[in-house]
Amino acid sequence: MQPFTKLTGIVAPVDRVNVDTDAIIPKQFLKRIERSGFGQFLFYEWRFDEKGAPIPEFSLNQPRYQGASVLLSRANFGCGSSREHAPWAILDYGFRVVIAPSFADIFYNNCFKNGILPIKLSEEQVEELFQRTNASVGYELTVDLENKSISDGKGLQIAFDLDEHRRQFLLQGLDDIGLTLQHVDAIAAYEAKHQARLANSY
Amino acid sequence: MFEKIWNNHVIHSEEGKPSILYIDLHLVHEVTSPQAFEGLRMNGRKVRRPDLTFATMDHNVPTKDRFNIADPISKQQVDTLTKNCKEFGVKLYDLNTIDQGVVHVMGPELGLTHPGKTIVCGDSHTSTHGAFGALAFGIGTSEVEHVLATQCLQQAKPKTMEVRFIGKRPAGITAKDLILGLIAKYGTDFATGYVIEYTGEAIRGLTMEERMTVCNMSIEAGARAGMIAPDETTFNYLRGREYAPQGADFDRAVEQWKALRTDEGAVYDRVVELDVSTLIPQVTWGTSPGMGTDITSTVPYPDQFPTENERKAAEKALEYMDLKPGTPMTEIPIDYVFIGSCTNGRIEDLRAAAKVAKGYKVSPNVTAIVVPGSGRVKLQAEKEGLDKIFTEAGFEWRDAGCSMCLAMNPDVLQPGQRCASTSNRNFEGRQGRGGRTHLVSPEMAAAAAIKGKFTDVRNWEFKSEVTA
Repeated sequence: MQPFTKLTGIVAPVDRVNVDTDAIIPKQFLKRIERSGFGQFLFYEWRFDEKGAPIPEFSLNQPRYQGASVLLSRANFGCGSSREHAPWAILDYGFRVVIAPSFADIFYNNCFKNGILPIKLSEEQVEELFQRTNASVGYELTVDLENKSISDGKGLQIAFDLDEHRRQFLLQGLDDIGLTLQHVDAIAAYEAKHQARLANSY
Repeated sequence: MFEKIWNNHVIHSEEGKPSILYIDLHLVHEVTSPQAFEGLRMNGRKVRRPDLTFATMDHNVPTKDRFNIADPISKQQVDTLTKNCKEFGVKLYDLNTIDQGVVHVMGPELGLTHPGKTIVCGDSHTSTHGAFGALAFGIGTSEVEHVLATQCLQQAKPKTMEVRFIGKRPAGITAKDLILGLIAKYGTDFATGYVIEYTGEAIRGLTMEERMTVCNMSIEAGARAGMIAPDETTFNYLRGREYAPQGADFDRAVEQWKALRTDEGAVYDRVVELDVSTLIPQVTWGTSPGMGTDITSTVPYPDQFPTENERKAAEKALEYMDLKPGTPMTEIPIDYVFIGSCTNGRIEDLRAAAKVAKGYKVSPNVTAIVVPGSGRVKLQAEKEGLDKIFTEAGFEWRDAGCSMCLAMNPDVLQPGQRCASTSNRNFEGRQGRGGRTHLVSPEMAAAAAIKGKFTDVRNWEFKSEVTA
């Protein structure tokens, strides 16, 4: 997995609460058997009309947000289906950071498996970021995971909180299957101890 | 109960790090697994416990002419699962078996779901299995790969919440109304970060299948998992099923399962209550499962909502749903009815819907489909003559699968069509681009099919004199 340390990038807003994973990546695009290539379908039904033409009002279609790498949204982002295609689409489109007041559990967890940094801020801080994003074209944020801070070079400085294990995980781009396999003896011992139950004989 | 199951499965824990948790049962379907198997292949890894891994195909499967998957990408996904299961030695219930079905209907039906187990699947509705007193939750594809390779997951310990249903459940109020009512009251994220334990007299009185309906939608409250402590209802359901322990093993298992029950005076991180005695059949009006109301009520005005974000969300939802505030819920005409899914596609759901439909005809403006949750549900329904009740009333009787719950197969709403659905999500486009979904119980869905609009099923005139 690609490590995440520090990034400066354009912020794109999706100003809705409860953005669900069906909206992030509609089901008709879940049929692929690869991990790549989902970015073109990100927010598909909000981005494109029924004939496949871009809907100009949607933020990601506006020139000012092209090349954005920080996604800004509202509470309960990523709710619904467990589909990891949602973070795959977000990453493949070019985002590495998602900022919202809260995230659904499975989506939040899936982000870390893919080198995406989801940042929880207060409602007020998120509102402030929406206002600043809307106010200036090409608005950029610098996200520094080493120092757990966000800044915009225009006086805004926000510290964010993140579980230390998750932070290290992203900073180092770790393979967590490899980490678990370091405990393979303990796994085998557990299986031996619980053999009867696992074999259904209790 | 949660603590006991958690502690019984921790393999390794370290301060400041997630625990390594052993997984007793891993269910696999075609949509969220191909990239996981590919990951194993790339790293030269094997499936650690194929004997604890069971697969089926459900999301892409057509519900008529099921062996003929017209969409080549759907077909490739289904074929890929077949190939992967063969290569890695995983038991697959494919379209040729009677047990094929929606993964969360199939698992319990086979007796794979036991109290005290840790159960995962690359599907958020894995919470369904918590109805047995299992710790069951949905995971992403990277974690599917993790479990395939290690039979373990790295998990931070979630918080616990008691959802206490107080009061007696009135006649005509279903399990679906309990969970929709709960989410309408507390919202779609009140349980984020928590494992819910459902308690109360109303829960004890539910059948096993009704409990599954409640636990199924725990994820729609944001919860990691939803659980109900096992009791005689649970044990009676499991007894004799293919993968339940047999004979003396079963009796020993029951003794162990009884010990899982939450101790008197256990402390939860949070407790919420819902008085079920005043519940009224629920219908959603918006594009989030929390946007629901009573059938006797009206479409809300956005300015009723306390916060700016909620008002904006309600406005967007009403625009998408093409509904006017103040419209009585009983005056909303529908075009489509879907009865099925991992929420409400079990035999009791079909019996309840058939009881309403018996002797009536589906409204001429409505297309209504009934999709059994599994091959076994379908077979049982046909034995009882439910298929005839449905087809005589004008419902289409289909084969098992996820179908229009998420419309990955050919069962899709056309833009602007309005559907009464027994599934779990009413998100924009969930049942097809531009499609409008109203979540209801099977009884309410069947009644809506006949009336052509929503109606209060508590006032239904059952034609019980008609025999199948």
